[in-house]
Amino acid sequence: MKPQPKALTFLTLLSALFLAGALAMVFLYAPLEAVMNYVQKIFYFHVATAWVGMLGFIVAAVAGVLYLIRKDLKWDIVELAAVEISLVFFLIAIVSGSIWARPSWGTWWTWDARLTTAAILELVYLAYLLLRQGIEDPERRARFGAVYTLIGGISVPVTFLSIRLWQTIHPAIIGTASAEAQGGFDMAPAMLHTMFFALIAFSVIFATLLWQRIRLGKLAEQVEQMKLKISE
Amino acid sequence: MIPYAISIKYMIGGYAVIFSILAIYLVSFFVRFRSLQRDLETLQELESEDK
Repeated sequence: MKPQPKALTFLTLLSALFLAGALAMVFLYAPLEAVMNYVQKIFYFHVATAWVGMLGFIVAAVAGVLYLIRKDLKWDIVELAAVEISLVFFLIAIVSGSIWARPSWGTWWTWDARLTTAAILELVYLAYLLLRQGIEDPERRARFGAVYTLIGGISVPVTFLSIRLWQTIHPAIIGTASAEAQGGFDMAPAMLHTMFFALIAFSVIFATLLWQRIRLGKLAEQVEQMKLKISE
Repeated sequence: MIPYAISIKYMIGGYAVIFSILAIYLVSFFVRFRSLQRDLETLQELESEDK
């Protein structure tokens, strides 16, 4: 295994700095919201993790297309890495949203359009991981994964647009919210700065984790090839 | 308006969950990395013994 590239070490350090910066902005810079006060601070990490979650599923779909075109297994490694990381971030978004919903909506969960589509999205990609494990042939597995992420990718825009396509109690932070939306708030400039900083911070963290996870995937492939070589 | 005491409790809970999930993922990541590196070293030793 090659030693960690300097650029990746730099990116890892940058991620830690961005995470610390985002936390500092959330707790020291962003003002307290008038109605929800402290619990609204979950919003910054909730939005940022949902954003990188969706970004990763799109990256996986793109990697799937590239695999289908080039038939190079490296794209399968990228696809798997993107899905795994996105599942973690999207889970964080769902759970943190649920915790925020409890004092704001009076319930942990409701089968609202946004929450339902988000839960379906998470389950679709969880099934991807489970189904992959049942296929032993690497090329068949990669082909299956590519087609699956491509079709699964449709659920990303559906989830994103759900608050505009259907009536929902989930607030739309940017743009016009539904009349039924609850827990929405007007953002002060400092809140907006903090939200965008958190989005950038989590995008950098995502890129770092993706690179690290791709290295892990390559290492796993190397071990697999060595095993085959020795068993022959 | 959500009372301060309740609001702060949920905020702490929210951030605790966010960092716990991240920490579990990072630990699982390092465990898998180390385990694969160990496997690779063992396989390389086996290969050199065969030669």
